[in-house]
This record gives sequence, structure tokens and C-alpha cells, in this order.
Amino acid sequence: MAAQSATASRSGLRSALPLLAPAYLWLTVAIFLPLSAMVFFSFMTDLPLSGKSWAFTLGNYAAFFSQSLYLTLLLASLRLGLEVTLWCIVIGYPAAYVLAKVLKGRSREAIFLLVILPFWSNGLVRIFSWAMVLREGGILDTALNAVLPFKINIDLMYSYPAVIIGLVHSYVPYMVLTCYLTLQAIDDSLIEAGRSLGASRLQVLKRVIIPLSMPGLVAGAALIFVPVVGSFMEPRILGGRTGTFYGTVIEDQFVAVFNWPLGAALSFILLAVVLVILAIASPVLRRAA
Amino acid sequence: MAGVQVSSVSRSFGAHKALDDVSIDFADGGFYALLGPSGSGKTTLLRQIAGFDFPDTGRISIGGESVERVPVEKRRIGMVFQNYALFPNMSVADNVAFGLSVRGEAKAVIAAEVQRALDLVQLGKLGGRRPHQLSGGQRQRVALARAIVTKPRVLLLDEPLGALDKALRVDMQIELKRIQREIGITTIFVTHDQEEALTMSDRIGILRDGRLVQEGPPEEIYDRPKSEFAATFLGDANIFRGDTTGNGIRLPDGTAIAAGAGATLAAGAKASCAVRPERIRIATDAGASDGDANTLKGQVSKRIFAGNNSTYFVERDGQTLKVIVQNTGADRLAEGQDVVLRWSPESTVLIAAN
Repeated sequence: MAAQSATASRSGLRSALPLLAPAYLWLTVAIFLPLSAMVFFSFMTDLPLSGKSWAFTLGNYAAFFSQSLYLTLLLASLRLGLEVTLWCIVIGYPAAYVLAKVLKGRSREAIFLLVILPFWSNGLVRIFSWAMVLREGGILDTALNAVLPFKINIDLMYSYPAVIIGLVHSYVPYMVLTCYLTLQAIDDSLIEAGRSLGASRLQVLKRVIIPLSMPGLVAGAALIFVPVVGSFMEPRILGGRTGTFYGTVIEDQFVAVFNWPLGAALSFILLAVVLVILAIASPVLRRAA
Repeated sequence: MAGVQVSSVSRSFGAHKALDDVSIDFADGGFYALLGPSGSGKTTLLRQIAGFDFPDTGRISIGGESVERVPVEKRRIGMVFQNYALFPNMSVADNVAFGLSVRGEAKAVIAAEVQRALDLVQLGKLGGRRPHQLSGGQRQRVALARAIVTKPRVLLLDEPLGALDKALRVDMQIELKRIQREIGITTIFVTHDQEEALTMSDRIGILRDGRLVQEGPPEEIYDRPKSEFAATFLGDANIFRGDTTGNGIRLPDGTAIAAGAGATLAAGAKASCAVRPERIRIATDAGASDGDANTLKGQVSKRIFAGNNSTYFVERDGQTLKVIVQNTGADRLAEGQDVVLRWSPESTVLIAAN
């Protein structure tokens, strides 16, 4: 029986090959090749462009450990990733719940559109429009002072909160979408069954809905955490002086300092750290799910 | 345990009247079936009793306590859902334990109660399984155990056997009835299956278009339906329509049909008579009438053999009548044969036109 199903899945794989091939060819060309070039770079003393001499070295990786700045920035970036992910859960999960369980028909479509709107606008435009909102004398400041009877100064620009706001805005749709999909798959009768057994709405949420939507929360968190830890655009534009993170340092190596080998090495250290975190977290999360 | 009183409950969804002035008294410890076609309001009524939805007007009380505005989690009811609604993220034992554990019962108490409930539904050894590892019938039993372990005042069942195949369904009917008797809980059971309603319940309420059509013990509804709908929805019936003659009707062609004693309507009005197919005797000759007052001539158009009985379809004056004859080994009638149908007035129910 087991052997039979193994044969079946092997022949299934053969017939599925034409369907898989385009995606994997593309991934090989688009990701594997450039990435392996970057791995190669990360072990070089200098770029082999413009005829400079170069040699293999571990120095780029050693730099990370010899200067505490990199570790400090990495920890700051991990904290940023954690905070943004948490805010995305706090903001995105209730929205996903309402979309999946409360709204029906037209109103659901309309609200859904609002959620995925950030996806359709250009990232830079999005960030610069936040800059206009958050700076002193900007839209938020003016609007609040127009409403409030006393004078307050709202200048969030070039601050850590501004970076958080910009990143949460960019990434919250991922959380809404992944949670919406798992929440929608939960049969309403499970919620009713919980309540018929005497559970309050909060108890049903805690013991039935959240555990059953855990796969969506985990998927959303992974989709958000990883890119946020390496993010550089939002920190640079909205964070200003306070916006120096691990991602911006990597970006500097590529676009400002032209130390590609160091940039590549720092990237792979980040990749390794993120993979370790996901590996540690996954059994815990899988059990919770 | 407690009885349930539903008084003048109405509920509309937009322009649609899902329940229209429904009143039923569910006696303490009884097994009650709410029967009706889809859209008749039977599930809406169950949801009002459960507390998932509140009536627009009317009162609902459980054990004498007014509950029509009490939310479901405070009503102390047990409910079994059509799709069982077991929590897929929990083991069988945790599913059953849910109601006790949200109440904050001690762990040891919960474990003992859960085991007792699982033993009652004969699943004592499967507490560690996950719902997806169970068969349909087993899930049904878990859902039942989960609903009764909290000792609810009322047990509500929403088409609980609808998803099971025929043989399993009969088993579960017997099982459900046994468990209900054992714990003596007031049980309200929604079904569209008339056979299920007849075999399981002490009383049946028939609903149609949000109204209660008739309510009473199965025998009473079957033998003395008060409307053509009740007669044809619960079991099969031949309906004759004509003008009343007081204790019977006269068909348009002048044939008189007599109904049982006690049934009287003002003469001259429109009315109908209902006769169950198994109450009619069928013969080829006009023979001695041995006391049967009602006699009609017709022609067999079709015969369906079902082993222990045969159903004859008899054409008579543009109407097709159904006659069910037990298989006694006697000569069978051929299609196309002229026949005489006879039945007694006692087997005839006079129904006022509505």
C-alpha cells in the first residue's frame, strides 16, 4: 500500500514536471544565480570590476563580529521587525475578523478594496505622503490643532514612531489577507457551538477562533517580519537620523560606500539569523496552530 | 431539566416572515420534533429557543424563566449541529470538556464527567482521537456527548442525522432515543424527515411558512390531520375535494364519501377528505360490501412492488389514487385492470377547506 502510493506520487511528479518547470527555472535564474554571485562576492576583498585585484577573505564576516555597531543595529532591526509585526497583528487581525465574519456582500468588497489599496500605490509615494502627514506643520499637526482647543506640536517626522507607522502601513495588508483566509475557513457553527456550551464571545475567540486562525497569523507574521528586519526605505526617509538600521547599513554598502563584499556578507548574516529565528519559532508555532 | 414555552413568537428577516405568531408548549422531559419543509421556519424557531437570534415579538421561557432576551451562552442549553461543529483543534475529550472548562470546573471533575459522557455514547475509548479521525456516526456521538455533559436544561438538535447514511441513521435514531430516555432531558429536534419525526418523538409540531400547522402526538397527527398539508406532509394521503354534506363530502360527479363519526362541518361549504393509502382495500369485483360505506371504481395504471407491499396507482375521474397493499401472497392485480376501492368512514378524515 505504502509502496503503491509512493509509485503513484512519483509518476504524479513526472506528469507535474511541465507545470513546475517554468516556476523553478525562473526561480533558478532570478534568485539562485544572483544570490550565488552575492555569496561569492561576500568572500572577496574587493569587487573584480574595473580590473582591481582581489583575493578570497573571511574579513567581511569578521567585520560583523569585530564591530559591535553591526550587532547593535541587527538587534534594533529585529526589534523593529517584532514591533511592526505585533502592530500588524493588533491592527490587521480584528479587521480580518470583521471582513471574514461580520461583513457580507458589497460592503465586504468595499472594505477589502481599502485594505489592499496600499499594494497598488508606489512604495516611495506612500512613504513621502506619510512624510507630509507626520512632519511639524503637516497634515496631522494642522488637523489636530484645528480640532483641539489647546495648542500641541505634532512632529513625528524623523522618529522611531514614524518608521513604525510607515512600515505598519506598508505591511498590514499581508496580515489582513492571511488572517482573512484562515478566519473565513472557520465554520460559523463552531462559534455558535462554543457559545451554546456557555462560552462568552471572548472565550470563544481565545479557545476556538485564535487557535484555528493561527496558521494565518504565523504566515502573516513571517511575511512581515522578514522583510521589515531588512527594510531600509522607510527607516531612511521617515526615520532620518534615528532611522539607521541594519537594512540601511547594507544599503549604504551597495549604493554609497560601494563595498559590495561587506554588504553581501552583512546580508547573509541577516539571512542566517532570520532562518535561525524561524527554525526556533516554527515548532512552537506549529504546536500552537 | 425544564420545559420550554414559546408564546406568540414572530420573527421577520426584512419582508420575509420566518416565524408568524408561533406558540408551542414543550413539556418537561419530552421528545419533540419540529417538522416542516425547508423554509418553513423550523430552524429559525430552534435558533430562537437556543438564543442565537431573538424574536421580534413574543415570549420564550425555559423552566418558567423568561429568556427571550438572554444570550445563548447564558441559557444553559445543549445543542447538536447539523454538521456536528466539533472543534477541529481539540481532541475528542477536549471537545466534550469544553463546556465544563469554560465554566471553570476543577480538572478532576471535568475528566470524570467527560468520561461518563463518552461512555454514555459508547465512545469511552476514543477520547484521545481528533475529530477528523472519526466516522460520521462517531462524530455525531461526540457532538451529543459534548452537548449533554454540561447538564443543560434543554437539548436542541438541528437535523442531527441529516448527514448520515440510511442504516447508520436508523441506529442513531434508536441510540438518541435511548440516551434521551436515560437522562430524561427535554429534547427539541428539527427535521424535514417525516419518518424520523414519527419514529422518534412523543410529539410533533408541523410548521409551514413560519406558522405552526398542527401539533400533537404522532398518532394523532397521522390519524387526524387538520389540514391537507398536514395529511400529505406527514405520511401519504389521498385527498378528495368536494362540498360538505355534514359528516362527509360529495364529489363533483355526485359520489358521496362518508367520514368518521364526530367529524361535522356546516353543509354546503367546500371541504376535503383524506384517506391513507394503506386503509383502502382494492378488489376486482363489486362483491359484498362488508360494511365499507365508501366505494369507488377505477383502473390500475401502475403497480410498484416493494417486497413487503405493493403500491397501486388507480385512475379515477382524472385523479390518481394511491393504494398500498401488504404482500400476503394473494393474486396481484395487473396494470389496466378495472378495480373497486373500498374503505370505511372511520378511515376517512374530513378537513375544512382553508
